[in-house]
Amino acid sequence: MSGSRELILGRVRRALADVPEDETPYEQAVPRDYGERHGERTPAETVDLLAENLADYRAIVHRTNAPGLPSVLAGLLAARGARTVLVPAGLPSHWLTGVEQVADRAESTPYELDRVDSVVTGCAVAIAETGTLVLDGSPDQGRPRITLVPDHHICVVRVPDQVVSSVPQALRRLTPTRPMTWISGPSATSDIELERVEGVHGPRTLEVVLMSEA
Amino acid sequence: MSGTFLGMPAFPEAARKAVADETLRGNLRHATHTIRAKRARAVSELSDWAALREAGKRIKDHTLRHLDRYLIQLEEAVTAAGGTVHWAADAHEANRIVAELVKATGESEVVKVKSMATQEIGLNEALEAEGIRAYETDLAELIVQLGGDRPSHILVPAIHRNRGEIRDIFRSRMGAWGRPAPEDLTDSPAELAEAARRHLREKFLRAKVAVSGANFMVAETGTLVVVESEGNGRMCLTLPETLISVVGIEKIVPTWRDLEVFLQTLPRSSTAERMNPYTSMWTGTTGSGTADVPRAFHLVLLDNGRTDTLADQVGRQALRCIRCSACLNVCPVYERAGGHAYGSVYPGPIGAILSPQLRGTGSEIDASLPYASSLCGACYDVCPVAIDIPEVLVHLRERVVEGGPVTRAGNKVVLKPAKGHAAERAVMRAARWAFSHPGALRAGQRLASRSRRFHPRTLPGPGRAWSASRDLPALPAEPFRDWWQRTHGGKEAR
Repeated sequence: MSGSRELILGRVRRALADVPEDETPYEQAVPRDYGERHGERTPAETVDLLAENLADYRAIVHRTNAPGLPSVLAGLLAARGARTVLVPAGLPSHWLTGVEQVADRAESTPYELDRVDSVVTGCAVAIAETGTLVLDGSPDQGRPRITLVPDHHICVVRVPDQVVSSVPQALRRLTPTRPMTWISGPSATSDIELERVEGVHGPRTLEVVLMSEA
Repeated sequence: MSGTFLGMPAFPEAARKAVADETLRGNLRHATHTIRAKRARAVSELSDWAALREAGKRIKDHTLRHLDRYLIQLEEAVTAAGGTVHWAADAHEANRIVAELVKATGESEVVKVKSMATQEIGLNEALEAEGIRAYETDLAELIVQLGGDRPSHILVPAIHRNRGEIRDIFRSRMGAWGRPAPEDLTDSPAELAEAARRHLREKFLRAKVAVSGANFMVAETGTLVVVESEGNGRMCLTLPETLISVVGIEKIVPTWRDLEVFLQTLPRSSTAERMNPYTSMWTGTTGSGTADVPRAFHLVLLDNGRTDTLADQVGRQALRCIRCSACLNVCPVYERAGGHAYGSVYPGPIGAILSPQLRGTGSEIDASLPYASSLCGACYDVCPVAIDIPEVLVHLRERVVEGGPVTRAGNKVVLKPAKGHAAERAVMRAARWAFSHPGALRAGQRLASRSRRFHPRTLPGPGRAWSASRDLPALPAEPFRDWWQRTHGGKEAR
């Protein structure tokens, strides 16, 4: 193993014999004159753009405020006919009422997760320009697998605090070493004649609740 | 199991068969035209596309020019985060490492995320020989695997199949690999996707070992990134206990911030989406206590011809490639010949410059690949990391015809000029002689002009292949230089 390490590094160094010692360092080698975001928007307009782009990729978007959230969630789960809901440990307990909650435990097997009807989580940040939700495994989001195996995912985004305009802004808010999942619409494929079909392995229904404070 | 690219005929021969296949041409035309228009729309949404493209190119160039340093930094970061790093000089070594790691877990099957690197090294076949079954989980890879077929596109390996063909493959082959397709399966894409979902779910739920590639590796943090659409990647990256990632050494970016460029350019270039449905990022086994990152993580860093490519100062830009496949979708040659004719897991324009560099130009197919292009340059225009594919093609053609120094398996060797190009070299030698002997050139031109009514419409002998699909240029009645002298540069003619 270490033999190949030295072999490969040696090949790399010989291949790069033409690169001068004093080459431009990384900081100056990359021009960063691309946009920090695309377009000027107020926070409210940014939330509107998020809603628009989420819907464009077939996520179902709802809006409510903090006091209205429990009834919105109860309504969505009832409409879906969900009997069991998977809940990450840090999800505020008053969000869900009147439905059987299944706690996410480290020892739950994939088969157990497969029998749950729905899952409700928060998110770490949402990106308006791309219609993306980023989950980083924080307590209100739980393990990456719980938003993957059940067929119905409801994600609550606190607006406008958790919404950024662009990918560069999102990366700055995130901690690289946390295990992360970026979600843009429900699971999809373009593998048959390059036509987009929603619903392969991940949840086939993604509902997003944009929740303002008041 | 799946077909092989070994012993492929040269590109023109393979392409001739493909061009005559009307179903194939129909499938390809439909698919490439659909994605072309969508990509153009997705790119036009970003006013700073040119700046993003330039930044992507510079990040990759800088990384490649200091690759030794970044490889070591990456290794340290991955190791510190609880991962184990392995180095594989070639395909054989990479396959052996993966087989040993799988055997050490006591398992005899693995689930796989779509990965170009593992296709390139023939991992599935190597594992099969060791008694380990590898299940492809990407829909298109599944179609290819069930059909005993070969991939023909980087992003959509089954692009050569239409929905009817896919239904037939699912109906006849799924049962042999696990849960069969429903009896009444139709050819609607939604139903086909549903059948794949059911077929693969049992494999995901019981899998203990997964094998993946990666789109990016961040040197400063040790973070690996996989972008995908279906969720099969997430299944493989989170459910199993052991994860083995086989990644080419050129997939490094220096910093976390660099992802802000590629996460904008890659999805729009490849599936023409603002963002692909799912992106997973993990750093060693960090978080495996609370989150469900696999408990064991192995990273296999793959050379397999990449350092040889790096040694070529013109050709090394091919290593910037982020495997988006935009160049395939715009290529007029790819659209007509299809991916199989390129005889490699890397088809299309990028394959035409990557395969002959990774594998050398020793075989017929590899020596013919630099010619599988009309040099129209559409590939360069759409490339999100600005690889000048025509420049590298011309460079490699010269290499094939003239021979010269190259690096193979880390050693400098001198290539002999290729055999099939003797006539071309003779013509070039004659041209060089004529252009350096003005008297002879003048005499020749006059002779040619005066005898022009006797010129054949097609070339004889070895030139026939060239003139079969081209008109010979018509000669003027008077050579240009005679005209110039007679009229003093046109002044007297007016």
